[in-house]
Amino acid sequence: MKAHVHVMLKPGVLDPQGEAVRHALGALGFDGVTGVRQGKVIELDLAETDKAKAEASVRKMCEKLLANTVIESYRVEII
Amino acid sequence: MHAGVIVFPGSNCDRDLAVAFRQAGAEVSMIWHKDTSLPGGLDVIGIPGGFSFGDYLRCGAIAARSPVSRAVVEHANRGGYVIGICNGFQVLTETGLLPGVLMRNAGLKFTCKTVGLTVSTTDSAFTSGYQTGQLVHYPIAHHDGNYTADDELVARLNGEDRVAFRYADNPNGSTDGIAGLLSENRRVLGLMPHPERAVEAVHGSTDGTALFSALASVMAPA
Repeated sequence: MKAHVHVMLKPGVLDPQGEAVRHALGALGFDGVTGVRQGKVIELDLAETDKAKAEASVRKMCEKLLANTVIESYRVEII
Repeated sequence: MHAGVIVFPGSNCDRDLAVAFRQAGAEVSMIWHKDTSLPGGLDVIGIPGGFSFGDYLRCGAIAARSPVSRAVVEHANRGGYVIGICNGFQVLTETGLLPGVLMRNAGLKFTCKTVGLTVSTTDSAFTSGYQTGQLVHYPIAHHDGNYTADDELVARLNGEDRVAFRYADNPNGSTDGIAGLLSENRRVLGLMPHPERAVEAVHGSTDGTALFSALASVMAPA
């Protein structure tokens, strides 16, 4: 079983890297990009075969390590 | 004073910090990150600058979950002194010993230069050797030193007089110009600038000396 964890900065947290990417896109002539937020995707290979258990365990991993919940939110996708 | 300096893979200011502690009269033990317990009788633990675990995931995130960090948290919870400098400050926020987060510098660039700081409080073992409002110069060398806290936290930190140092000229976008802050019991200090790199005339500034000697003065001689 695989899990994809999407970690994003929470709304309202300034993302200077996203802003820099937005400026670079504008410089390349891509008009109309009004916002860029940059996050990360973490892929996990899991031995667990029960989807609900896998999701519960990955959510714990997010709370303890994968995301800093002060500024980041996460979304877990079990595949 | 007996000081312990934690060494993570990727720490690079550990020896500088040991030198600064020794200069203040401390006996220093270097502590490897895989150690699960600390040497007995430590008065203060230093978490040095560097790029622990390659800054993977988030700066300080992996180091904050390593075995020795649990021992550091227990030491702090028992009322022990801890100083985290640069990457060490990032580790302290990741462990939750200090609130807030250090994010990418607002200018996105790694910044390496000596900066002016004002001492915001002298009410701590780390800052009692300075005058309130005194301007001191320490070097900074970081990419992720943009201290980020919401309005409520900033109000609380100011209300409790927990901001130890403020940038005279904010180099990284830090909220309220915060360069260093104290824990609630005032025994844990995290700061991005490097006092241990300002302890000898050849460093260009010796303003860091007063921090280490003030700390030593509240501890028993080694």
